[in-house]
Amino acid sequence: MSTRQTFTGDLSVLPTHGFGMRSLTWWGVIAYMLIEGGGFALMGGAYFYLMSQETVWPPASLPPDLLPGVLFTIIILLSEIPNALLKKAAEAQQRDRVLLFIVLLDLIGVALFVIRGFEFAHINVRWSDNAYGSILWALLLLHTIHILTDWAESVVLTALMFTGHGHEPRRFVDVSEDALYWRFVWATWLPIFVLIYLVPRLL
Amino acid sequence: MTASEHPDDVPRDGPELDGPELDRALSETWGDKPGLIGWLTTVDHKRVGKRYIVTAMVFLLLGGVLALLMRLQLARPDSGLISADRYNQIFTMHGSTMMFLFAVPVMEAFGVYLVPLMVGTRAISFPRLNAFSYWLYLFGGAMVWVAFLRDVGPDVGWFSYTPLSGPEFSPGKRADFWAQMITFTEVAALAVAVELVATILKQRAPGMRLDRIPLFVWGMLVTAFMVIFSMPAVTLASSFLLSDRLVGTQFYNPAEGGSSLLWQHLFWFFGHPEVYIIFLPGLGFVSAIVETFCKRPVFAYPVMVAALVTTGLLAFGLWVHHMFATGLPRLGYAFYTAASMSIALPSGVQIFCWIATMWDSRPRFELPMWWVVAFIITFVIGGLTGVMVASVPLDLELHDTYFVVAHFHYTLIGGAVFPLLGAITYWFPKITGRMMGRRLGQASFWLVFLGFHLTFMTMHFTGLLGMPRRVYTYPAGLGWDALNMTSTVGAFILAFGVLVFLVNIVLSLRRGEIAGDNPWGAASLEWAATSPPRPYNFAHIPAVTSSTPLWEESLPVFSGLRVKERELVLTTVVDAKPDLRDPSPKPTIWPLLAALATTGLFIWSIFSPWALVYGAIPVGIAMTAWFWPKSTPDIGREPVIE
Amino acid sequence: MRRLLPLLPFAALLSGCSGVQAMSEGAGFGSHLFNQLMLLFLAVTGISYVLVLVFLTFAVVGRRNAGGEARLKMLLIAWVGFILIGLILLTFVSFMSDRREAREGADQTPIKVTISANQWWWGVEYQNDDPTQIVHTANELHLPVGRPVQFKLNASDVIHSLWIPALAGKQDLIPGRDNDVRIVPTRVGHYRAQCAEFCGLQHAHMAFDVTVESPKAFAAWYAAQLKPAPEPTDPGVKGGRDFFMTHACANCHTIGGTPAGGRTGPDLTHIASRSTIAAGTLPMSRGNLMGWIANPQGVKPGVRMPAVGMTPDELHAVASYLETLK
Repeated sequence: MSTRQTFTGDLSVLPTHGFGMRSLTWWGVIAYMLIEGGGFALMGGAYFYLMSQETVWPPASLPPDLLPGVLFTIIILLSEIPNALLKKAAEAQQRDRVLLFIVLLDLIGVALFVIRGFEFAHINVRWSDNAYGSILWALLLLHTIHILTDWAESVVLTALMFTGHGHEPRRFVDVSEDALYWRFVWATWLPIFVLIYLVPRLL
Repeated sequence: MTASEHPDDVPRDGPELDGPELDRALSETWGDKPGLIGWLTTVDHKRVGKRYIVTAMVFLLLGGVLALLMRLQLARPDSGLISADRYNQIFTMHGSTMMFLFAVPVMEAFGVYLVPLMVGTRAISFPRLNAFSYWLYLFGGAMVWVAFLRDVGPDVGWFSYTPLSGPEFSPGKRADFWAQMITFTEVAALAVAVELVATILKQRAPGMRLDRIPLFVWGMLVTAFMVIFSMPAVTLASSFLLSDRLVGTQFYNPAEGGSSLLWQHLFWFFGHPEVYIIFLPGLGFVSAIVETFCKRPVFAYPVMVAALVTTGLLAFGLWVHHMFATGLPRLGYAFYTAASMSIALPSGVQIFCWIATMWDSRPRFELPMWWVVAFIITFVIGGLTGVMVASVPLDLELHDTYFVVAHFHYTLIGGAVFPLLGAITYWFPKITGRMMGRRLGQASFWLVFLGFHLTFMTMHFTGLLGMPRRVYTYPAGLGWDALNMTSTVGAFILAFGVLVFLVNIVLSLRRGEIAGDNPWGAASLEWAATSPPRPYNFAHIPAVTSSTPLWEESLPVFSGLRVKERELVLTTVVDAKPDLRDPSPKPTIWPLLAALATTGLFIWSIFSPWALVYGAIPVGIAMTAWFWPKSTPDIGREPVIE
Repeated sequence: MRRLLPLLPFAALLSGCSGVQAMSEGAGFGSHLFNQLMLLFLAVTGISYVLVLVFLTFAVVGRRNAGGEARLKMLLIAWVGFILIGLILLTFVSFMSDRREAREGADQTPIKVTISANQWWWGVEYQNDDPTQIVHTANELHLPVGRPVQFKLNASDVIHSLWIPALAGKQDLIPGRDNDVRIVPTRVGHYRAQCAEFCGLQHAHMAFDVTVESPKAFAAWYAAQLKPAPEPTDPGVKGGRDFFMTHACANCHTIGGTPAGGRTGPDLTHIASRSTIAAGTLPMSRGNLMGWIANPQGVKPGVRMPAVGMTPDELHAVASYLETLK
């Protein structure tokens, strides 16, 4: 360097990981939520736009059966309990509790996939029938992809927790952020549930 | 932050480990393997940034050749040089290449290269994602170009309106290649945007408070947020289009409840911010250049930042001005007219501030400043014709004519390409260690500047005389003949100028004058690194006490980062106080493999919806391998955790 | 100085460029308003540009005499004020202009015309409560000067855009949507209109002719349009008519007063009275008619009209027949 340097401090005393806003990957997760959340918001906008083109909604079919949707909603909301406990355990770096809750959530994820399958089967319209069918399938499909990616990440993290890498503080940060992302997954489900199951019944 | 025992057996940078010995150790840690392996596995933001720049410039050339072909065809009325089908592919590819494969990527490329250096850190926030995004961009661009060269290129305009681009009126795969190219480039752009936000918010040099960030970095931050909020719209639009075409959804089919206006809303909700995504980094270039060559910070820094942020926000409220002829309620249009006019205000303010900076100093008019002056002269014309087309009665005549073509080339070339050429000239010494040639630079400047105006000023008149856009030919006798010929001549002069500029680059790479670390006497941190920068950027993490660190008496630096591991420092968001040491990933092949898997998934899904299921498997495997920790578990070597 | 060269053409603009497809013709209420509004915008934006250039010139070549930050801050505030006032003025005038145009002709009974856009031709139907008074034509418009015309717009396939530059601004024709626009022609003349939304392969060849004429001339034209096709007397022409009716032609085209009732292509009842054919692509003439019929793909590649196999004699006959359809 051509400019004169003067030493002004020592970085070696700094820790090597932090939770929440202090973590770099936390910002990545937040940015991802903004992107996907924006995408969902736009899909919601498209939903209302298409709805405004019709006098009857659904235009030519029954609304989706309520039971699978309600069941799914209840279970995913309940999953926040072990999820919150998982996050807390991760931030306290309690490995055993983390293992317990992350395996539990992996299993809950499987259950949710099964119910989601029933939701698709009882949506009562094909994606190609009309624009109403297309947007409903699109909403449900996009949300399913989010559950899938978060679940896959959880499974990989679970596996990692059982290896030697499971003792690194970095892992606990990963688990904490995974739990944060799960909140995004159920939070975005709520308005989508309304759009798929409730709005077609309101009109 | 608690002090603690720290293992003294770990070498760290500092007064005891400095100079050539430190350079050797850090280069070993931060360097890549030699040869092809190193090239394929690098996660160094500078190498990835450089290849992004080079690839974008290649697409600029390709898009430029397409423009010349268009101009050759339009030079004379009723020309039979290029068939209708070929021409429609050419103009579609010209717009798509320039917008998606050149303009946005080149701006992101400069962000990727410069931002970590400007904020004083050693790497970009997510280096593997960065590498992955480059490969995805390259493969997506290659896909659509291969399609074009095989006569299955998209032919429905860069904006691909439905129902023309839908399954009924665009059979075959042409429009699908376009729509999937969108997916490739938007995922790449989003990845870079996320990296820039994280780098700018968390990796700034200690002391680099929000009011000390270089204006270019502010520009990239606002741009990154615009990307994050706008790109999902076009990805959604193109996904809906792909699914209409592939599996029979009805999003855009009015017969089954769909709407072609839905396409337009979604596309332009992205499309308008898109041009500001291209434009804002250009403004950042101008600020950087003006500061250096006027030897003072840009006038009214807080106003400049406010102008950038306001532009970014307003950009989202304008999109309906692309739809004034579609028959939506007139009162709604009035809102969009007002909003579209209002965005002239922050731009006008910035123009004032740059000129004021020049006025209140002794500017040196080196070549980068020539491009700044050219930018002001040119972009303002574009901005003012923008004010015209913001008016509904005016737009209803001017829309879809060559007047609009003139308008957006004035804003895009004047507002983004001229600053870009200045930026290349300005940062060339930092990136390559050599200065660009002066004489060829001046020659290319005049050729480009005069060629540009000859080509596009004329188009204002061509449009006013009634020539619509996107026509592969026109009849004689409407008064357009001489004007079109003039534009064609101008286009070739402009192209020649670009060629001279590129020749200058090539020659300067070999024979340019060797540049020192800071040949222009600039103030920002990238000029504290060597030219070109070492793989680790800075031997010691710099700190700053002002917005012009290199113009201060000395540069404070921090010691203490590990030398045998890749390590950088994270600081707090607002005040930039040192907070954590963060490890930075080592080179790896997995981003490339994941990009290949993703490319397979994307291209396959043009042909079959099952690609989403089966194609996801290799992607999942590659992603898992990517994130699986490679090193031995790092237990007990850390200082106390808080 | 050389940098100001590009501004020269602006001076030319003020002298007024004209042409059958030029906006500056000002032959309609809308385009007239456009011209006035455009001049105002040019004036305001022109002044702004000059100010920027003057300031820039001072900054580049002037002496370092700026008077410091305080003076510049005041100048900035003045500049912001100037921009705000300018933008508010332009927005307001633009809005008022738009409303003025919307009001024009609202109190008169308009002529009602439905335009259906297709790839790549224009179906035109003059509406009337009395069905026997409805005129069907294609690729042309005749309008009486001074009387508002209300267009109903629809499209059968993709999005097109109706644009008669000399008269007024555009309006899109969107499948699945009915748009409408009111235009008031104010000056007699011949003008050219063209599709202004990219609609596929032959978008460049989707134009039509507009004739604005005196009410008397319009009435005469309208009356002629209502008449069916004349019965041919000449045997050669008869042969042409028969060929037309017994081949693919009649499947797509309508000729009033004959069995030909196809609606896929333009109505040809009075084709010979039009100044162009193939949606403004070729001037109306015997030779062009023959060239078009013999080889539509050669004239307009991708056009939906097939080449109907015929001998040169048959071609002559058909062309002769069509020429009688005035």
